[in-house]
Amino acid sequence: MLLSYLPILILVLLAAGFALATLFLSSALGPRRPSKDKLSTYECGIDPVGSARERFSVKFYLVAMLFIIFDIEIVFLYPWAVILNSLGLFGLVEMFFFLGILLIGLLYVWKKGGLEWTT
Amino acid sequence: MPEPAFFVVMLAKIAVVFGLMLLSVAYLTWLERKVISDFQVRLGPMRVGPHGLLQPIADGIKLMFKEDIIPEAADRAIYVLAPTLALIPAFISFAVIPFGDRVRLFGQSIDMVISDVNVGLLYLFGVASLGVYGIVLGGWASNNKYALLGGLRSAAQMISYELSMGLSVVGVLMLSESLSLVRIVGAQSKAWFILLQPIGFLIFLICAIAETNRAPFDLPEAETELVAGFHVEYSSMKFAMYFMAEYANMITVAALATTLFLGGWRGPFLPPVVWFLAKLYLVIFLFIWIRATLPRFRYDQLMRFGWKVLLPLALANIVITAAFVALR
Repeated sequence: MLLSYLPILILVLLAAGFALATLFLSSALGPRRPSKDKLSTYECGIDPVGSARERFSVKFYLVAMLFIIFDIEIVFLYPWAVILNSLGLFGLVEMFFFLGILLIGLLYVWKKGGLEWTT
Repeated sequence: MPEPAFFVVMLAKIAVVFGLMLLSVAYLTWLERKVISDFQVRLGPMRVGPHGLLQPIADGIKLMFKEDIIPEAADRAIYVLAPTLALIPAFISFAVIPFGDRVRLFGQSIDMVISDVNVGLLYLFGVASLGVYGIVLGGWASNNKYALLGGLRSAAQMISYELSMGLSVVGVLMLSESLSLVRIVGAQSKAWFILLQPIGFLIFLICAIAETNRAPFDLPEAETELVAGFHVEYSSMKFAMYFMAEYANMITVAALATTLFLGGWRGPFLPPVVWFLAKLYLVIFLFIWIRATLPRFRYDQLMRFGWKVLLPLALANIVITAAFVALR
């Protein structure tokens, strides 16, 4: 069983080797003529204003949290979906309860405006 | 312990698939430019080789010899590592996709798949979603406002559409009763799943375009507002690696659509591999067609569409399919 992951491991090593070789080759082959202006942060030709290390919209955190909740839901759905045929009606009703609870959660977030991007 | 022939076959398959993947990625850039230029009634690349056929190779050589600029403000280690993080998942996720029927060669029975992992679909989704790290870390490490915004947008977009993508295939799992992609193709001997799961296919296709950051979902690199988004500071082969990752993801996701919904390598008369490639390129052509046709979404529209349309639709699709499967 574990043997089926051996090709994947080899592929990972191959891809990593290719990526590192590419990085090395391009840094070895390319010229290197750094100057102050060339190494400065690109801001459409204007001198950079401030730093990019600033606070960003809290919306992104909200999306990430919602993602985790629903992604875990999907993790539960996959094994259920695979054996649903043998579970029959019992499995169906059980999972509909689970989905129902999550649906209420989604509707709550919706109603609270958690899915609105512009406020 | 398996016999030595097993390892020879395995290494040969890996070498062929990896090589073809690199070649396809290079020529997909040519194909996209050609198809888009046809849509826009112009010729596209014509100078390097007949009909510009050597253009991808010329581009590769040119990028290889370009100066590799690392901005002063950037976080050096992460800045260098991020393109690698995007590239590796893009090239290894193809491993579980079957591209042909089992064949007998030199007395060996060979599966036309690098590895038939029994949780294949889970593996593919898991690995493919690692690609977002490369993008968000690259955007952050550049220490550039455009790159940061592009990286953040990309992360939020990819995780939002990953949900609907994950949900859209649950119907397929119910019908095939397996996560192994080889078995899923096997379960489509009677009818392709696009016929039984048309809504699932539609959701999957839309999410696939969003996951690969392609138009009309190309907000992470919206030229008109973010210049080039997360890879604005990248040059030389590091830039090329992001590009390769994007095109490799496009191939993988098209191959996945083929495998899950279009019957994989199944088809009459022609050899299975030919059928697989034909369907794969049909899906890719569809992606390019959509890019040539549709304008870009606005960010709030994108989020609203993902959370308020696709997610409930995917859930409804699951409920209906489940009722049919369980009460059959």
